[in-house]
Order: sequence, then structure tokens, then C-alpha cells
Amino acid sequence: MANVAHTDPTETTPGPMTVSEEVAIDIVDLNKWYGEFHVLKNINLTVNKGERIVVCGPSGSGKSTLIRCINALEKHQKGSITVDGTQLTSDLKKIDEIRKDVGMVFQHFNLFPHLTILENCTLAPIWVKKMPKREANEVAMRYLTRVKIPEQANKYPGQLSGGQQQRVAIARALCMNPHVMLFDEPTSALDPEMIKEVLDVMVDLAQTGMTMICVTHEMGFARQVANRVVFMDQGQIVESNAPEPFFTNPQHERTQLFLSQILAH
Amino acid sequence: MSGTHAHTVPYVAETHYPAEPAPVSTTGPIAWLRENLFSSWLNAAITLICLAFILWIVPGILDWAVFKSVWHAKSLSECREIIVQTYGEGTTGACWAVIHERLGQLLYGFYPVDQRWRPDVTLLLLITAMIPLLFQTMRPLVVVMAALIGVKILIAAYLAVTENTLGSLFGPTTIVAIVIGGLAYFFGDTHHRTRWLVFTIVFPILAYFLLWGGIILEPIPSSRFGGFLLTMVIGVTGIAGSLPLGILLALGRQSKLPILRLICVTFIEFIRGVPLITLLFVASTLLNYFLPPGTNFDLILRVLIMVTLFASAYMAEVIRGGLAALPKGQYEASDTLGLTYWQGMRLIILPQALKISIPGIVNTFIGLFKDTTLVAVIGLLDPLGLTNPIRSDANWNGIVWELYGFIAFLFFVCCWGMSRYSMYLETRLRAADRR
Repeated sequence: MANVAHTDPTETTPGPMTVSEEVAIDIVDLNKWYGEFHVLKNINLTVNKGERIVVCGPSGSGKSTLIRCINALEKHQKGSITVDGTQLTSDLKKIDEIRKDVGMVFQHFNLFPHLTILENCTLAPIWVKKMPKREANEVAMRYLTRVKIPEQANKYPGQLSGGQQQRVAIARALCMNPHVMLFDEPTSALDPEMIKEVLDVMVDLAQTGMTMICVTHEMGFARQVANRVVFMDQGQIVESNAPEPFFTNPQHERTQLFLSQILAH
Repeated sequence: MSGTHAHTVPYVAETHYPAEPAPVSTTGPIAWLRENLFSSWLNAAITLICLAFILWIVPGILDWAVFKSVWHAKSLSECREIIVQTYGEGTTGACWAVIHERLGQLLYGFYPVDQRWRPDVTLLLLITAMIPLLFQTMRPLVVVMAALIGVKILIAAYLAVTENTLGSLFGPTTIVAIVIGGLAYFFGDTHHRTRWLVFTIVFPILAYFLLWGGIILEPIPSSRFGGFLLTMVIGVTGIAGSLPLGILLALGRQSKLPILRLICVTFIEFIRGVPLITLLFVASTLLNYFLPPGTNFDLILRVLIMVTLFASAYMAEVIRGGLAALPKGQYEASDTLGLTYWQGMRLIILPQALKISIPGIVNTFIGLFKDTTLVAVIGLLDPLGLTNPIRSDANWNGIVWELYGFIAFLFFVCCWGMSRYSMYLETRLRAADRR
């Protein structure tokens, strides 16, 4: 992997990267099947407020499915997921409550192509939070400035590069002022040059103390910002550890194999 | 060093090539001709053959339809006499006199002559109701009304010279046109659009009141409706009703609720599996058996319901195609942001799905509009239904081309208009979001 050091660690001061004792997400004995296929097996994961988790693993290991369960994009069949004290059930109202609190960024951005960048960002605040339009515009411009593309506000998604679109997607999620951000392989569909600009934004976000769960293969990013790296294989969590021991001294042989594969070149 | 040795030696670009204009021979009208009409010998031959064919057939048609046609006559035989007298033995020409004489009937059916301003005004209001849906500003409405007033003045001037009357220059339509045109001129900007849309919502009630009468207007029974008026009533109602109904059916068919889905699927498959004529017969005769005795609801109303239901089933499938074409990520992004189902549909999914479906939607509209002629089968006198009584009139016995040609022309103008508008809309929406 080429992107080991995206920002020089000496430049960035640690900032408020402290982890509180409060629990943001609590996943207990989570099991999920696609028909007969057992995709998630007895997942137990507790994420504290301000914690940044990187989930990695080979494709098909269930890592995307795991984070998509957290905001109910996928239904689980057994176990429980609790977000900010609200337990996820099939109750649509509770699902909407949780979704308001949980922002998500997708691999393929999923911006709304028929709306401008600004409208993409203000849509949910206006309709879900009933925020006045002027205020929503101000909030959106603030976040667009933070992801460094305020000048693109009146363009349409199709006119932006992939990296820019992904940064808009991050801004769009942030406009809802979420407590937790989920990233589902945010850089996998990007050119190497664009990966850096997106990761920079994510590093920046991590330093504000946002609770983040990232499914990613960017090991440099994991080393730099993660409190914990979770490695999954065949639907279960195989190993979970702080980044330093995880990368230098992996315990499980599957983890060792995986790391040797991706760090080999 | 230039690019000459690029492939033979290690190469580093030292010059930056500026963009140059394309060679003259590849742009402009000559290049277009060469590329599209004369690109090969075969192509050139086909072009010439087509040209020859056009030159052969067009003068003949023009001769018949325009130069040797007759506009004023009392019967077909009189027409033929005039043509033979003017252009000599053996010449044929169009006898448009039948259209001239029966125009009122073809347009309004048996709607009382002194009340025909009511459909006219309704048409103007229909245009007024449609413009804010179709365009961003009310400018087109100003143009339409100004053109209408202009035409009316020209006709009045012509009549003043030939018949020493002003015709209907000061009739209700002129007044309505001036009022609406004036309003559209002064309050036609985008930010007034919502107010015009309020009128669009009120319009159906207004149209019903104007056409069928009541309160202060003389009531007109449905049996007097006919001609192009009937076509418009059925066509416009069907179009306006089938789109929202089709959207609901398409969403219902995609729903996660099994019973709702079952109902929608059954409805769509049943309606699509049955010919429209069958449904119209059900509307005209069978329905009476099912309804409690003594209920008598209007035949046109029954036809309207059937036509709308029929078109909405087709519409639902067209829109389902659009919904299916959207990437799953759009649904997920809308869910993730916490939008409710209806918010997501209205703000995210439908605007995109409908845009994809425009060609199919307009296709269904056009099909529906032309299918209105089928009501002739159950005895309603739409333009096509009127051809039989006209042709069985002793004066016009034997007339074919002129009558059907005129009706075809009316339908063509409407359908072609819809087609052009859909192309305009597609271009406008494409310009708005370049992907």
C-alpha cells in the first residue's frame, strides 16, 4: 500500500483525540444471514464516544455488512445493536432517530445527481431537522469549507472529480451533526491522487473527536488515527487490537497472512 | 527536440502543443453534406433517388391539397364542378369545403352554438394551468395569448373588409386572453410560479363548471359533447389522472407490504391484459348492471374513469422501469440521511426516476390521446365518430381523404407537440445535471 503517511504526524498536534468512557455503539452477539448464508457470526463490539475504529479484512468477510447493520440499512436476525442508548428494532421511528445521529459515507459517494452540491448538503437538515433554509445554507457552507471545496457549492455532482464528490459526501453527512460517522470503503473507488485528499479530510475529522467506524484498506490511515483495528474474516471478528501491536505483532495466523499479503508490496 | 523520435529514443516532452482549429474541410455545411449525404457512391445514389422521389410526389400533393382545392361549396358534387370549371376536365382537388362547413361539429360536437365560447375559454384556462407545470416562467403564456389576440385581430380585419362585421373580436375568449396574458406579463417570473400552480389545482373544478354548466351557466348534458372537445376532455383528464395514479401504482408494486403489492400487481396485470374496448363496453353497458338500480352516472364520466385506469396501469410499468434504473445507492443515501419514505421518494427518487422515464411517459400519453378515438365504438361522437354521420349526409357522400386527413392533422399537431415538448424537457434536465 502506497499511502502509509498521508500527513506528517509531526505537523498535527494530538488535539482532543481523547476517548470518553461513555458508550456510543454497543453491539452484542450480532448474527446475520443472507438467506441461508451466515454473513455475521457472534459479533461483539463496543465503541466508546470519540473512539475511532478501523475495520479491515478480505472482501466478503462481512465488514461492510457490519457497519450497514448499525444504521439499519441491513436487518440483523439475532443479537442487539444499541446506538446512543437507543436499541435498534424494527420500529421505523427508532430507526429514523438513529439514522439522524449516524452519518454514513459510501464507497460510490451516492450524491444526488439532480441537486447541486449545496442542495445535497442542505436537503436533510431542511427536511429532517426542519432547519430554516438560510441557516442550513450557512451550516452547509461551513462544512464545505472544512472539506475544502466551498467554491464548488453551486455545481452538480457530475461536474466534480471523485475525490471532490467523496468530500461532499462527508460534508453532507456532517451537516446533520451526527454523533457517529460510518465510512464504508470511502477511498476504494478513487484514483491514488484523490485518495489523499479524502483521507486528509478524514484525519481532520478524527482530530475533532468524532466517533468513527471506517471500513478501509488504508493501513497508513489506520496507524495514524485508529484507536483500535478490527480484523474480520468469514463473518467473524478474528482479532482486535490497538494499531501498533496489531501491525507489528499480529496474534492470529489469519491476520498475519492478511497483513503479509497487503504489506508485501 | 520535437516528437519525431518519440518511439525510438528515451523521450521527454520539451514543447507544449497549443490547441489548433480543426481543418476547414471537416466542419461547416459542405463537410456536413459530404459526411451525411454523399459519403460513398451508394450513399450518394440513395440521396439522389430520395430527392427525385420527393420532387415527384410533393408537387402532386401540394397541387391537390392547396392549389386546386375548394374551400367554399355546399356539397361534394358542387366542389367537383368548381374544380372541373376552373382547372379543366379530369383534374382532381381537395374539397376542404366539408371541413369549412362542418368545422363547428368536428370541434365541438353538438355543443350549443351560442355556448361554444365556454370550451374555448376552458382551453385557454387549460393552457394557463399547464404552462407553470411545463415551463419555469410564464413567458410562453404571454406569447400564446399575444399570438391568439393577434390572430383574432387579423380575422376581425378580414371579416370587416369582406362581411362588414368584426366577428367575435370582443367575445369572452379575447377578454380572457387579454387578462391572462397581462397577468402573465406582469407576474410571470419564477418566484410567482407557486401562485400559478394554485390555479392549476383549481382548474379541474373550473373546467367542469365551464363545460357542464350549473349555477349561472346553462347546464349542458354530456350527450351534447363531441368532436375534438370530447377528445380533449378524455385525453387531458386521462393524462392528468394517469400520471399520479401510475406513480402510486409503481411505488405500490415496489412496496415491502405484501398485501399492497399484491393489489397493485393484480390491478396492473388485469388492466394490461384486457383490451381498452372491452373496458369501454364495461363502462357503457355492464356497469349499469352492477350499480344499484336508479343510479345514473354520466357516460363520459364512466369513460373518463376507465381510460384513466387503463393508462395508469401502463404508466405504472413505465415508471417502475425508471425506479429500477436508479442505483440502489440513491435509496440508501436517502435512508441514511434520515428522510422518511415519502420525503425520499419526493425529493430524491421520483425526480430522477421520472426524468429517466420521460420518453416512456410521453409515449403512453400519446398512445392514450390517440386511443380516445375508441370511444366512437360505444357511441360517443369524437371526431372519428362524427365522420360516419357526415359521410352519410347526401351532400358529402363519398368524401374520404379530406375528412380523415383533417382529423389526422389535428391529432398529429397534438401528439407532435407532446413529443417536441418531451425532447425539450430532456435537454433542459440534462443541461441541469451533467453527469
